[in-house]
Amino acid sequence: MQATSDDVLIGRIAGGDRLAMQVLFARHHVRVYRFVLRLVSDPSLAEDLISEVFLDVWRQANRFEGRAAVSTLLLAIARFKALSALRRRPEEELDEEKTAAIEDPGDDPETAMEKKDKGEILRKCMQSLSREHREIIDLVYYHEKSVEEVADILKIPENTVKTRMFYARKKLAELLKAAGVERGWP
Amino acid sequence: MNTTNNQVMREDIEDLLPWHAAGTLNRRDAQRVEDALATDRELARRFELVREELGETIHLNETLGAPSARAMQQLFAKIDAEPARSTRASFSLGAWMTNFVAGFSPRTLAYSATAAALAIVLQAAVITGVFVNERSSSGSFQTASHPGAGTFVVVRFTPEATAADITKFLEGNQVTVVDGPKIGGMYKVRLAEGKLPKEEVGRVLNRLQADKVVGFIAPAD
Repeated sequence: MQATSDDVLIGRIAGGDRLAMQVLFARHHVRVYRFVLRLVSDPSLAEDLISEVFLDVWRQANRFEGRAAVSTLLLAIARFKALSALRRRPEEELDEEKTAAIEDPGDDPETAMEKKDKGEILRKCMQSLSREHREIIDLVYYHEKSVEEVADILKIPENTVKTRMFYARKKLAELLKAAGVERGWP
Repeated sequence: MNTTNNQVMREDIEDLLPWHAAGTLNRRDAQRVEDALATDRELARRFELVREELGETIHLNETLGAPSARAMQQLFAKIDAEPARSTRASFSLGAWMTNFVAGFSPRTLAYSATAAALAIVLQAAVITGVFVNERSSSGSFQTASHPGAGTFVVVRFTPEATAADITKFLEGNQVTVVDGPKIGGMYKVRLAEGKLPKEEVGRVLNRLQADKVVGFIAPAD
């Protein structure tokens, strides 16, 4: 049996269907949460923000135009809310304690290198990227967003999406090199 | 010249490798990348690096865990606190919008979405202006969280409503904006200083709903 499409769910949500909202939430909330968590580095704040994201969907469902995929719309709203929350948050809260809450408990890049675990080094280096670079790598690789969809979510031209991805990967290669992993690129 | 062109084409293809690895390219671009990979060993080697990054990004994200049940409880508690809405009207509007926009090009849609967003922001600024002026002229400032006693409704104005339309609506019906805009472009509006009977509120709501500037209206308490 085919699952109800996201567009159909949005139509039902626009009509006040609570069950449709539960289905949409169950379908997307984990990915939206992970996207937000990678941006705000605070699990509790990320939970608050995803409930706000879906509340916006509940309120605005009758304005949904079907132009973009619902998952793209959710990530765009989530990003907007995450960045707004980061702007509101005092600097002192952006400490390493919060970041530690989501960090992979594995070894640091040098120790991992000694153990020859290339995958772990790669993941550690990904954690060290800037927010902008982490975000685009997650959108392309994990959230499976096309060039056009990433452009929609980040509100940047499609060519900039490609350029930003290139520089994110280049920075990753530099971090890997510094950690002792030479990939011969770029 | 040919070398330069080939170099540009190669860079162009290389830029697409992350999307090719994720399987999100259209058929034409995917074929271009496949053709290049079949003949360019260095490009194929770089594609393996991309695939490595893809795998580790998935691994990293999958170890982030999932939110607790609190997120869902929080969401539905907020939804339950929302005003009830007309099922039929909302649903048909959504369906209509989907059909309506299907005929436009993405660029046209981008422009109209920007224009609509701008119109809503401008409208919010105008209404806030009216709101602040009314407060100042009456000399009875009320904080947003304590708008005082009375009978209240929540209103969302239509995006096409102009400042003049909204001012005319507020003055003509002798109602006052006391709070907003909230998420969703909602404003809290005072109908009367005292508590009106339920039937009277219903009658006033029906009358206000008929006005062209009103997109949505419901009792606030």
